[in-house]
Amino acid sequence: MIREFSQSEFLFILASARWTLLLTVLALLLGGVLGFVVAIARASRLAPVRALAAGWIGMIQGIPVLMLLFLSYYGLSLAGFDMPPVFAASVSMAIYASGYLGEIWRGAIQSVAWQQWEASAALAMSRAQQYRYVVLPQAMRIAVPPTVGFIVQLVKNTSIVSIIGVVELARAGNLINNATFQPFKVFGTVALIYFMICWPISLLARRLEGKLNAGRTG
Amino acid sequence: MGFQFQFAPVFARSDVLLEGALLTLQLSGIGILFGALLGILLAMLRGLSPPALRWPVDAYVELVRNTPFLVQLLIIFFGLPSIGVRLTAEQAALSAIILNLGAYSTEIVRAGIESVHRSQIEAGLSLAMTRWQVFRYVVIAPAIARVWPALSSQFVLMMLSTSVCSFISVQELSATAANVESDTFRSFEVYITVTLIYLGLALVMRGLLAVLGAVMFPKGSGLGRLRTQASR
Amino acid sequence: MPVVRVEGVHKRFGAVEVLKGIDLTVEGGQVIAIIGRSGSGKSTLLRCINGLEQIQAGRIEVAGHGLDASAKGLRDLRKDVGIVFQSYNLFPHLKVGENIMLAPRVVLGVGKAEARRRAEAALAEVGLAERFEAWPDNLSGGQQQRVAIARSLAMQPKVMLFDEVTSALDPELTGEVLQTMERLALHGMTMLLVTHEMAFARRVATTTVFMHQGRIWEQGPSERIFSAPETPELRQFLGGGLK
Repeated sequence: MIREFSQSEFLFILASARWTLLLTVLALLLGGVLGFVVAIARASRLAPVRALAAGWIGMIQGIPVLMLLFLSYYGLSLAGFDMPPVFAASVSMAIYASGYLGEIWRGAIQSVAWQQWEASAALAMSRAQQYRYVVLPQAMRIAVPPTVGFIVQLVKNTSIVSIIGVVELARAGNLINNATFQPFKVFGTVALIYFMICWPISLLARRLEGKLNAGRTG
Repeated sequence: MGFQFQFAPVFARSDVLLEGALLTLQLSGIGILFGALLGILLAMLRGLSPPALRWPVDAYVELVRNTPFLVQLLIIFFGLPSIGVRLTAEQAALSAIILNLGAYSTEIVRAGIESVHRSQIEAGLSLAMTRWQVFRYVVIAPAIARVWPALSSQFVLMMLSTSVCSFISVQELSATAANVESDTFRSFEVYITVTLIYLGLALVMRGLLAVLGAVMFPKGSGLGRLRTQASR
Repeated sequence: MPVVRVEGVHKRFGAVEVLKGIDLTVEGGQVIAIIGRSGSGKSTLLRCINGLEQIQAGRIEVAGHGLDASAKGLRDLRKDVGIVFQSYNLFPHLKVGENIMLAPRVVLGVGKAEARRRAEAALAEVGLAERFEAWPDNLSGGQQQRVAIARSLAMQPKVMLFDEVTSALDPELTGEVLQTMERLALHGMTMLLVTHEMAFARRVATTTVFMHQGRIWEQGPSERIFSAPETPELRQFLGGGLK
């Protein structure tokens, strides 16, 4: 039986956005922690640690998100985890995020002038204290706009996890389309919801960047 | 644990994977060529338009950049037929790739154009060039040189994103991987193999784009300086 | 016991030997000026003394701490050695007062009230008591440099190193920084300074050291060094510098 694309279908799609958002938040938290470790390792004084972090970043940025998803999905089940798809989805999104956030944050850390390291070292601070009190507060200001910009990429890429059966926005659109055969309306609606989520974040990222640049020259 | 890696069944189907990789390369190659051209043209068009007439380009860029590639692909493949435009899966994929990359390239090249110093444009105009000529001969090459690293990254990202075309059963690398998986049941081995192929493609592509940049914007020329400044 | 003891120090950057066996002793309360052409190794020597550069041979001892390779040993030494750089290097994300309080609080573990008292005292010493709440970016170069001095002072170091601290300043701003340093000297601070300000060295430094080609070429009481240089190199340097 062919259904109409009516209010209840629309609400079903809209409600599925919570999984899109949840996945984004989980990936941001998990991937943020991992990405932070990668960024610090990338700025390490030990060459092997630096190389390892650089390798991780280069690798993640050279693999399709879809492959990260499949590897997490099948890898976790091989490792004996019997988990709901959303778990593998979060893990893969977090791994993906770590590669990009790690690189963004490395850039921010390294954009802090080396004299700041030297001045804080001369005040007898330990490496951890230098990071905590001198370098990271300055790096954070630089890192915020591109990090916010990356969240947009993250939101959009969660659409890929629809393939392992997580009913987020894209998957919900597929289900409704199969029932209504009104692809233009259905996927147009899905696109619009994504846009409503992503566009404000994009605008925010741009405004933050503008502020930062104004702050630098002014 | 009882699990043992068995790559042999996967390698036995390497011809299938190779075909998929070739289609991935074709989609990426053609898509990147036309997507980049579209982006450069639109960025120039936008730059030449009075500010009041820039909104169509801006709207296109914002719409594409703030929706997933997958959804764009689904609209083109499933949605367009309902208004009478029927495309094969490959045609739909290619259209989506060009449209998607076109928007990102527009944005990147726009930033490059804006980084070209006003005095360059004034110098061109004062030589009685038209605004089009100034863009064509004075602005666009330094603009692209400056953003070449960003463009290159975007090209590689696009190549990786072609994997999403398997959702509409385009038989590129990811789709053939799924075929091999269902034949061999060696899911993990298949996806490790294919991931390594993607990784290899990405590395080779990065290298080639760097070489291309060095050829188009050679060291020692002013353009080479812009290119290396940007990558720092 | 001397505050700083430098014995047979050699320092190379790659194939270039910048310090070719330096011996120097700084007693408590002494003010030593190091002069010489750029490239003579004077800044490098200063940077070696608080471990910003690693030495290849020799010994450096500050207030009884040997400069060894361990991170902990290095930090212990740096607690006793303040250094002020040519380019101020204030922390731009912290207000003036916070810049000064940071290291006493996190490195020495001083309480907040005590850190504040120290910071206020240090700021008063450099004549900027009223700028506690200012942002570094809103200060002139001379004021920023005086805050940098206060930031080192608040650690209550046994010796202060000054690395061409007025070289980046406009001429009209160097005076206030030199005055600040002169006052520190009067108050008994042990100081080791690399400087191009010959008149200042002559007036304030108890001892002046002339470095040439990575060696200490000549040293003695400042008055004698400037009025009766013994080596031709120093005579030429002073002649070129003062004319």
